[in-house]
Amino acid sequence: MGKLLRWIGSDSFVVSLVAILLGLICGAIIMLIGGYNPIVAYIALFQKIFGSPYDIGETIREITPLILTGLSVAFAFRTGLFNIGAEGQFLIGMTGATFVGVKLSGLPWIVHAPLAVIVGALAGGLWGALAGWLKASRGVNEVITTIMLNWIGLFLSNYIVASFLLQPGQQRSYMIQDTASMSLPWLAAAFGNARLHWGTVVALLAAVVFYIILWRTKLGYELRAVGHNPHAAQYAGMNVNRRMVTAMFTAGIFAGLAGVFEVLGVFHYQTVMAASPGYGFDGIAVSLLGMNNPFGVVLGAALFGGLTYGSAGMSFGADVPPEIIRIVIGSVIFFVATQGIVRYVLLPFYKRRGKEVAKA
Amino acid sequence: MNFLDQFADLINITLVFATALLFGALGGIVSERSGVTNIAIEGLMTAGAFASAVATYYMEQADLSGPAPWVGLVAAAALGMVFALIHAVASITFKADQVISGVVINFLAAGFTVYLVKLLFQGAGQTETLNAVFSKWAIPGLSQIPFFGPAIFTAYPTTYIVIILVFVVYYVLFKTPFGLRLRSVGEHPSAADTAGIRVLRIRYIAVLLSGAFAGLGGATITLTTTSNFSHNSISGQGFIALAAVIFGKWNPLGALGATLFFGFAQALNNWIQLFPWSKNIPQEFLFMLPYVLTLLMLAGAVGKARMPSALGEPYDPGKR
Repeated sequence: MGKLLRWIGSDSFVVSLVAILLGLICGAIIMLIGGYNPIVAYIALFQKIFGSPYDIGETIREITPLILTGLSVAFAFRTGLFNIGAEGQFLIGMTGATFVGVKLSGLPWIVHAPLAVIVGALAGGLWGALAGWLKASRGVNEVITTIMLNWIGLFLSNYIVASFLLQPGQQRSYMIQDTASMSLPWLAAAFGNARLHWGTVVALLAAVVFYIILWRTKLGYELRAVGHNPHAAQYAGMNVNRRMVTAMFTAGIFAGLAGVFEVLGVFHYQTVMAASPGYGFDGIAVSLLGMNNPFGVVLGAALFGGLTYGSAGMSFGADVPPEIIRIVIGSVIFFVATQGIVRYVLLPFYKRRGKEVAKA
Repeated sequence: MNFLDQFADLINITLVFATALLFGALGGIVSERSGVTNIAIEGLMTAGAFASAVATYYMEQADLSGPAPWVGLVAAAALGMVFALIHAVASITFKADQVISGVVINFLAAGFTVYLVKLLFQGAGQTETLNAVFSKWAIPGLSQIPFFGPAIFTAYPTTYIVIILVFVVYYVLFKTPFGLRLRSVGEHPSAADTAGIRVLRIRYIAVLLSGAFAGLGGATITLTTTSNFSHNSISGQGFIALAAVIFGKWNPLGALGATLFFGFAQALNNWIQLFPWSKNIPQEFLFMLPYVLTLLMLAGAVGKARMPSALGEPYDPGKR
């Protein structure tokens, strides 16, 4: 408890809060210039997020995949790799789960649902590992390969859905079997039928697993060492190439799980997509908001997901284009990143605090 | 249409696709050569695409259709520079992580442009369709050459501009004192500082130039391909341009090759569909083609690309 209080009083916590505040102010200024009333808009935003049990549930639904894709990007970052490919890993994971969810039948839930999750997660993991392997064995920069694999993943997923899983007359797959569903109907009932599912639990567990792997195991030590200085890690006898593949595989599993639960928990089918849904790219922002720390990622996803879900309320309630929320999120990340500006804003407060300390 | 004509057509489409990417890639090269990572190209291109569409639209409304697309180009470069300035302030002056700052620009540009479009066009998600867009120029004389005429010398003005720009950037980077300074700032900023080079100023110039170039890339897409701006006018081209920077080993000529290759693969996918036998290939595989080819090419290419040594590191004169 004392630790928690100290953390709340700590510098980085205050800076983050001020960054969020400054971000909201930036959004307000832009709304004022556009002739909107920012106070009405923000009230509509928060009403949308917390207004009813259904909205709270749906906000949680929005946050869940962002936690997982955020973890994916953050995990790779910790190993010195920039995973722009969470998007593709998300899609491939999703497709794996849809395939198992639709095609297998006659299995009990306890076998079918976990199997769909595992297949999807592994598919996402392998898609990530492919980029890691290309980097390790061929020296191809992971930024390029993951960008290319995003597109390939999108079209491959569409191909699989359109050729093997398509419900006739629809632009989407058959519904998954009920035995593959990861929804939580009893909990959903308590939240006005918001689409709550096991994925949220898995996402939170994943954050804990992320922490344990990186800071409590030898593997994690090696991964972080490679991230800090690959040459030193090599010299210390670590297999840098293999660790890169491991890191991308793990990152891919996280992103894949995000896709898995969008199908098994939320939609129960997969559409033929014209463009990527964007959770992977948003994961980059979440990971940056969370400063690549697993628990920071959870908070970052909560902020990001909450604002994104609430922005629909702004366009309904105050007629403000919801895109304004992208500007707010962008500004928040900007202020988190340029702590110099925030500290400059806070300077008068720090001075006063300094004086008080001096008096005491 | 005989095969030669069809092939000329393929080359011509290649140039259309490659032009926008090449503008973006040149922007990336200038910035990254000075040591500032630029994953904001996507956002800068979005800003440019938006600015050009809006400027061209209002010029049309004012009955100035002739110069309209040219004003659009200037507006695109200008707005690109405005967004690049944010990137520069954050990552050079405030020493923010350059990747974060780049992501921020992508967010701000995506949000800002669509917000403004909705504001300016009564809630519509895209601008009005533009009439005063660029049309292809046939260069007198040269366009009469068989094959090469229709393939290369009948292109959009932006294509000619970008080809000239490639050589200008190459010349400036590798043959002028300014270019030497810019590269030295990206390789070893503290040594450059000791030699009397104003590191931060050079980086500012480089990042602003990258904004202008990427903005032109965005404008190319609205003024030659889509004829309007909507939220998905720029969907990934900036990242492809980024890939071309790395693929082209941070060299303008390399980027020219990389974007031509990519444009060719993209054009090939359109071109194949002209032939009846292509009906037997699943459409998704055709869409995938450019990306798969690039990946194979990269995996097969020998030699690791060496990035500028100080790439991604903010320069802090207090820390030597």
